[in-house]
Amino acid sequence: MEALTTWWTELLGGNAIFTANTLEFYWNGLTTTIQLVFLSLLIGILLAVPLAIGRGSKHPWIRMPIYAYTYVFRGTPLLIQLYLVYYGVVFFEGIQESMFWPIFREAFYPALMAFTLNTAAYTTEIFRGAIKNTAKGEIEAARAYGMSKPLMLRRIVLPSAFRRALPAYGNEVIFMLHASAVASVVTIMDLTGAAYYVYARFYAPFQAFIFVALIYLCLTFSVMFVFRRLERRLLAHLRPREG
Amino acid sequence: MINLQGYGPRLLEGAWVTFELAVLSLIVAVILGLLTASAKLSRNRLVHGIGTLYTTLIRGVPDLVLMMLLFYGGQIGINMLTDQLYEAFDIDIFINVNAFIAGVVTIGLIFGAYMGETFRGAFQSVEEGQMEAARAYGMSDWLAFRRIRFPLMMRHALPGIGNNWMVLLKTTALVSIIGLTDMVRVAAEATKATHEPFLFMVPVAMTYLLIATLSEWIFSRLAKRYNAGFGETH
Repeated sequence: MEALTTWWTELLGGNAIFTANTLEFYWNGLTTTIQLVFLSLLIGILLAVPLAIGRGSKHPWIRMPIYAYTYVFRGTPLLIQLYLVYYGVVFFEGIQESMFWPIFREAFYPALMAFTLNTAAYTTEIFRGAIKNTAKGEIEAARAYGMSKPLMLRRIVLPSAFRRALPAYGNEVIFMLHASAVASVVTIMDLTGAAYYVYARFYAPFQAFIFVALIYLCLTFSVMFVFRRLERRLLAHLRPREG
Repeated sequence: MINLQGYGPRLLEGAWVTFELAVLSLIVAVILGLLTASAKLSRNRLVHGIGTLYTTLIRGVPDLVLMMLLFYGGQIGINMLTDQLYEAFDIDIFINVNAFIAGVVTIGLIFGAYMGETFRGAFQSVEEGQMEAARAYGMSDWLAFRRIRFPLMMRHALPGIGNNWMVLLKTTALVSIIGLTDMVRVAAEATKATHEPFLFMVPVAMTYLLIATLSEWIFSRLAKRYNAGFGETH
């Protein structure tokens, strides 16, 4: 034990990289990453619910554009979507004179927009699959009760679809957390950006990147833990009965 | 025809780099995936533990971070290794990490973990009776693997391999960040020089869509082949 403490203090004492200064970089990176991922997931899910309902519409004019949107955004790399929004945002007529320009001038908001559009496309397909798998009997029962379509959607289809979508959505959250690392490419100081800065400054790739990998690993495990708890609660009725 | 301002040939070269990179990484990933699946199904606890550690670590860390770690750290690591070789055995070699090979190795290493999970599930769904029959015929382990286990396993693994391939294809875009000249990098350079993001990024995006659509078709053909004798269920 004592040997361990001396080893530990020596390691910390001889370390010139992880000073308060660089740790602050990592901390700011962590908050940026979490903000970016949380906000894009939140807006993405709000967009995805109506899109998923529209994706199953009878009218091709509603269904097809949504399908085209999800096909394009799921079929191309997020990096390209990010570049397109980041470099393309100035091409919107008059945006530089509008009140939104101070917002879009910073890299954070174009990145948020690209991430949101990307996760909304994946989430739409996840929800659509869950809605499609609603048990026929539940819909028949709702109809027999004389429920209107919106009421049936709100009370029967969506609540059970959300539950069924939970495991796939958990994967999407982790995917988004990992994909957000590309934000560092457009000058955003997220976790990966901070790690790159530390690497470049001290020329210490192992320390810089392994440290950040461990942070991402902790984040991933936390997300997995939360979703596992949620699944256990919300999908309790689907588990095989014990005893 | 659209005017690519002289970047056309370089974009094409970049597209070829993307394609080569994706296919070679897929091969590495499949081989690593098969090894990982065998490790995770092994009764040896150490081997099993290594397999589990590998898949857990790789799947918990962003691709880009792993890529940076292996690419920027790889050269230093190899230098340290060759230095030690020199000190210990007086062998003087210098290995230069090539960006393309580093890309292939990194993407292969990342997707080997995902493929490992896919193959593990697929191996487990091959009935034991099939292998017993193979052994009863006197097949050696390798022959039984090649003729019985592998083709039967592929039927279950194919949808997963297809998904992994689609994700892998999109992941190749990240190599542009660590300095490989794939089509994304050419498009990004052209965008910075000409301030025409749509002119260069949209064709690149369409190329990805084209490859994805073509591979979907190939995978559906393959699925038909490996489903032979099982009806048209999948």
